[in-house]
Amino acid sequence: MSGGGLGILPYWAAIALLMIGLYTTVAHRNLMKKLIGMTVFQTAIILFFLLLSVKRRATLPILAGPPDAAAYMNPLPHALMLTAIVVMVATTGVALAILVRVHARYDSIEEDVIAARVATEHPDGPAGP
Amino acid sequence: MSESLLAALLALLVVPALLAIHAGDLLLATLTLGGYGFAMALTWAALGAVDVAFTEAVVGAGATTVLMLAALLRTTRRRSPLPGRLRWAALLVVGTVGLALGAVTAALPPWGDPDTPAAVHVSPRYLTSAVAETATPNVVTAVLADYRSYDTLIETVVIVTAGLGCWLLLGPRSR
Repeated sequence: MSGGGLGILPYWAAIALLMIGLYTTVAHRNLMKKLIGMTVFQTAIILFFLLLSVKRRATLPILAGPPDAAAYMNPLPHALMLTAIVVMVATTGVALAILVRVHARYDSIEEDVIAARVATEHPDGPAGP
Repeated sequence: MSESLLAALLALLVVPALLAIHAGDLLLATLTLGGYGFAMALTWAALGAVDVAFTEAVVGAGATTVLMLAALLRTTRRRSPLPGRLRWAALLVVGTVGLALGAVTAALPPWGDPDTPAAVHVSPRYLTSAVAETATPNVVTAVLADYRSYDTLIETVVIVTAGLGCWLLLGPRSR
């Protein structure tokens, strides 16, 4: 595994993906689109951490010889990001379940439509069942 | 793995991400997001994070796409167009945050530098002692299942809680 000649450009790729995800969660009113943006954002964070694990002239963190730390890349971001992916899928699953319930209740997954229906059903505020 | 190939992969990742957020049809957006996930897994494999790449390909790109398709089947694949006012506000937020992050990135060490704190502070301890202490040549597995096994155990609590939440929201008693 080589590395080093690219300077800080790989980090900018991660930032670009982060910003695409952030834009989607802020700009879109469709709840599914917001979830898609959240997924892009989360994978970009994981990409950033994995970029940090790379060392020049180092190979995969699977030991095949004397344990020389400089010859293998940093295994800690890999282990932590494995956990992050599983948590990411768990949160997406719960979010999708809420999405299905919201659609069953308000017949829409557009934020503004849902807000308008809540306002007509509860003129005194969104409180209540 | 050459640097130019990695640079090309990183640049190409932006394409499916932009397609997924631009698609008017939510079914198309979900499938494109699946493609983005697989491209991301490929990039991680190229970076040397093979365990993470496998997991992303199976649960990140695979399972997430299936769950999203299942949710789309029970809701709708149509979406309303984007209001212009929100778009400019979002671009302002994204521009500010992006510039701030870009400015901070300038202080990071060059990518791949083997003498950074991340590479020399704690991780050599795991790399030099893993085989002697855990008899596992794959250090990622050793960290995940041995040094941080409580973390991994409690992660299953997260999964059970998420499954319980989905069951309460969608199960037979939810109505």
